[in-house]
Amino acid sequence: MINFADHPSNTFDIEKIRSDFPILATEVHGQPFAFLDSAASAQKPRQVIDAISAVYDSGYANVHRGAYQLSEVVTDNYEGARDKVQEFLNAEHRGEIIFTRNATEAINLVAASYARNKLNCGDEIIITEMDHHSNIVPWQLLKAEKDLVLKVVPITDAGELRMDIFEKLLTSRTKLVSVPHISNVLGTVLPVKRIIELAHSSGAAVLVDGCQAVMHESVDVRDLDCDFYAFSGHKLYGPSGIGVLYGKKELLDAMPPYMGGGDMINTVTFEESTWAELPGKFEAGTPAIAQAIGLGAAIDYINDIGLASIAKHEHALLEYTTSRLSAIEGLKIIGTASNKVSVISMTLDCAHPHDMATILDRSGVAIRAGHHCAQPLMDRLGLPATARASFGLYNNQDDADQLCQALETVQEIFG
Amino acid sequence: MLDELRELYQEVILDHGKNPRNFRRPNKPKREAAGKNPLCGDQLVVYVDVDHNECIVDVSFLGKGCAISIASASLMTEIVKGKSIADAKALLDNFIKMCTTDDFDFKGEDGAEELERLQVLSGVRQFPVRVKCATLAWHALDAAVKGVEEISTE
Ligand SMILES: Cc1ncc(COP(=O)(O)O)c(C=O)c1O
Repeated sequence: MINFADHPSNTFDIEKIRSDFPILATEVHGQPFAFLDSAASAQKPRQVIDAISAVYDSGYANVHRGAYQLSEVVTDNYEGARDKVQEFLNAEHRGEIIFTRNATEAINLVAASYARNKLNCGDEIIITEMDHHSNIVPWQLLKAEKDLVLKVVPITDAGELRMDIFEKLLTSRTKLVSVPHISNVLGTVLPVKRIIELAHSSGAAVLVDGCQAVMHESVDVRDLDCDFYAFSGHKLYGPSGIGVLYGKKELLDAMPPYMGGGDMINTVTFEESTWAELPGKFEAGTPAIAQAIGLGAAIDYINDIGLASIAKHEHALLEYTTSRLSAIEGLKIIGTASNKVSVISMTLDCAHPHDMATILDRSGVAIRAGHHCAQPLMDRLGLPATARASFGLYNNQDDADQLCQALETVQEIFG
Repeated sequence: MLDELRELYQEVILDHGKNPRNFRRPNKPKREAAGKNPLCGDQLVVYVDVDHNECIVDVSFLGKGCAISIASASLMTEIVKGKSIADAKALLDNFIKMCTTDDFDFKGEDGAEELERLQVLSGVRQFPVRVKCATLAWHALDAAVKGVEEISTE
């Protein structure tokens, strides 16, 4: 058994953390709520909920427009959230942080505004077998439009990237490498720093899809030297409707706008317009104001606890759960990379993942069953679906035990 | 909690889920349609042969899916074989009603006997997200008869 009391005192108080998340105190079907689907979208702490309410309670106004005090205050808070993201990712300039709706929009922005202009017929984009649809489909669309070549790096059976093959796939025609930082199905942490080094040495830019990474480990875009980094606020204990694209200033400066409208211009005449400085150039229209501020509050919350403590807690839970699950007959864990986070995909011999999810739900355990927006990965694994339990900073051993007990119920019914 | 689950996963369902009947592809399929549930990845193909009287003379299926969708497809093949297309369609409509309304009384309906057999699937009422699993094969059959190649629950 792992002893959570080992953690340095006052940095990680799981009971205190759990009490910050009002939803965790509720019951589902008369059972305690074991929420194990944070990889899909995380629950929100009181601090984030309050920050969002405060935007509307204490005075809401549009940003970047009003010549009155309230608008200035809201603008400061909105731009303050950008400063927090900048610091969170250790970006050099605040203008390198573009607010989007989500990671999907961030990736599409890079496809439409960077890749569409940089890549020509026959140029190559490299992605991986572990990618989420949102890092596959935008490149397919562009491939069809520009006659590009889309290459896919395969994985091992354990769910690790075949770096040897990646090196071979990189050619002088490779202009962009777009990879997940962490797989949403397998939990695999990819060696992104090495991927970036290799890509750069052959002249390709790199976009990292950090959707599953930012809540598990600290990310330093300058140390990674990635060209673009994308994530969604809602998986980081922040609200939905807000995402982030980090891009290197010189790249963003050279890119045309993604959308046209208010806020993104410098001057407009009917003949022509000039663009605002970064980040405004990429933020057309009224942004998700309260959501950005909510994301800022989520980052404060994470920083207060510390990503190192969070990672330690989650890792202990991963080990505990993995060893308990391994004892269940007929259960197979899908994704056994040596470097993985607390995302556990599994199958049971006796029951389909969808049936597992229904029975688990009645036992108060929320997991996700299906292809997890990664159909090509499911095909590679030869599985129609998996059941995925993902653990966030608020999960504890009780959640893991409730999961294992519910899996026993599945076996009782299907056994 | 267990009661409701046992109601959903009755013996008949578990049996048909594990050992589906008419689980085959005919040598020369006459009409076929794929049924897909993109949400959970369930995929099946229903094959149907209809004679000149618009009567279903053979029906079978293949595919992958959860216990509910496979059991429902299996039961469907047993039940609609020998029925006219119109009767099968009427059964589909009543079956959907049974899966979605709480006090649907099918006793006076056409096909009451068949509906009684299908009642084992009506436990999905308590599990709204699973209604699509129960009706997937039926929608695929409907599509195959109409000559539509693929249907999706989304
Ligand atoms: C690895 C990965 N990439 C991209 C996404 C898409 O995120 P969103 O739907 O918030 O844009 C997700 C979320 O499901 C993900 O896990």
